[in-house]
Amino acid sequence: MTAPVFEHRHSAHCESGTISALLRHGGLRLSEPLAFGLGGGLFFLHVPFLRMGGIPLTAYRDAPGAIIKNLCRRLGVRLRAHRYRDPDAGMRALDDFLAHGLPVGLQTNVFWLTYFPPDMRFQFNAHNLVAYGKQGDDYLLSDPVGEHPVTCSAADLRRARFAKGLFAPKGLIYYPEYIPAAPDLPAALRDAIRTTSKRMLDIPIPFMGVRGIRRLAGQIERWPRKYGVERARLCVGSVVRMQEEIGTGGAGFRFLYAAFLQEAAGILNQPALAEVSQRLTETGDRWREFALQGAQLCKGRGEGAAVYRELAALLHDCAGREEKIFRALRATV
Amino acid sequence: MKTTEVPQDESMLAGHRRACYAVDEHGRYVVVPSKGWQVEKIVNAQAVEEIRRAVEAVRERVHQGRASPLEYHMVRCQMTPGLLASHTGLWSWRGRRHLKPEIFARLKPALLTCYAQALGISVEALGSVPASTGTPP
Repeated sequence: MTAPVFEHRHSAHCESGTISALLRHGGLRLSEPLAFGLGGGLFFLHVPFLRMGGIPLTAYRDAPGAIIKNLCRRLGVRLRAHRYRDPDAGMRALDDFLAHGLPVGLQTNVFWLTYFPPDMRFQFNAHNLVAYGKQGDDYLLSDPVGEHPVTCSAADLRRARFAKGLFAPKGLIYYPEYIPAAPDLPAALRDAIRTTSKRMLDIPIPFMGVRGIRRLAGQIERWPRKYGVERARLCVGSVVRMQEEIGTGGAGFRFLYAAFLQEAAGILNQPALAEVSQRLTETGDRWREFALQGAQLCKGRGEGAAVYRELAALLHDCAGREEKIFRALRATV
Repeated sequence: MKTTEVPQDESMLAGHRRACYAVDEHGRYVVVPSKGWQVEKIVNAQAVEEIRRAVEAVRERVHQGRASPLEYHMVRCQMTPGLLASHTGLWSWRGRRHLKPEIFARLKPALLTCYAQALGISVEALGSVPASTGTPP
């Protein structure tokens, strides 16, 4: 039997990478930025009192699964999803799909995926990838955040698919069942951009969107007093990790969204969007500056309130820029 | 970020490369593989060090007879008693009890197998803890 082929494409984010790969396989060519933007992936969230291991929750993105759900809804793609209570049944079902030559999306836990670099293996349950074949006891995987396809033993993949805890995957398998031949891309783009702008600007809860960035700025100045020097550093480190270390394409998805706006400008024939894309790129560079200074702080360079004030100022700058950007986007589409 | 500015620093990616989005000389966004960024390395090392420190603390307690090997392997797998319990399907109060060294020593083989499977190691490995500081497997 010859090895099955699957077009692997190196992506920044697992969810947008997986769904764009599955759609591409089904005949709908969609770049990762388009999948990310149409799925409304960009967001910001900082909730001081929701803590994981004592560290407040920060996210630069929408909830796990949201990109795939929103993208399919906007394009009229019908997605089939199966979850399994019994791991044996879940593995048999996967083998079945693969035996029929159908690549499928899987939700997995990163800790058990042994092909990850050791220092990147954290307990995180919402990592998406494509399984496209099986050779002997090894599964052939196209993990979008990797440069090349990889293999994974059945025992490891089983643990990864049936890990427990927050966002437990429960063996989730998904694939597009119906893909429209000519989806109304312009309408979908307008809807997606409007919704993302709305979420960044209008949610009347102070932890979300642009208000969330400002809330984080206000909090960060208080961290050394509130948590002490050590813990405050860990908190800053965690924000920077959410922005850079997990797959974001750089600057907490800001560059990825800017790439999306650039493509959208061409499709909608609206040069104004390309101009906003440039501004978002500049804002992304400011976020990178924040990450750089935050990391210096974690390394122990610079103490005192002045450094935290500087970080807060950078965040306020990003918030101000993003507020203008999303107002401009709303006015454009 | 311009394509020429995409960092290529030594990092925790250990030879892997991640996809970054950057603007090329024509102002178009392209994917540029990056070996990593010192910033990522610093914050990753900080998080990894936190885990390592917790693992090391349990390892010492095991050798002092104050913690069980089960607790060591649980912490090594970045789990809490609650998370471990949901993997084994046992009630968490029962799992918490099993963490005590004297109770762990009396566990029946079936329970040991159950824990070994949940933690992805063999039953023999579950009963042992490295003698000296070292990077956990």
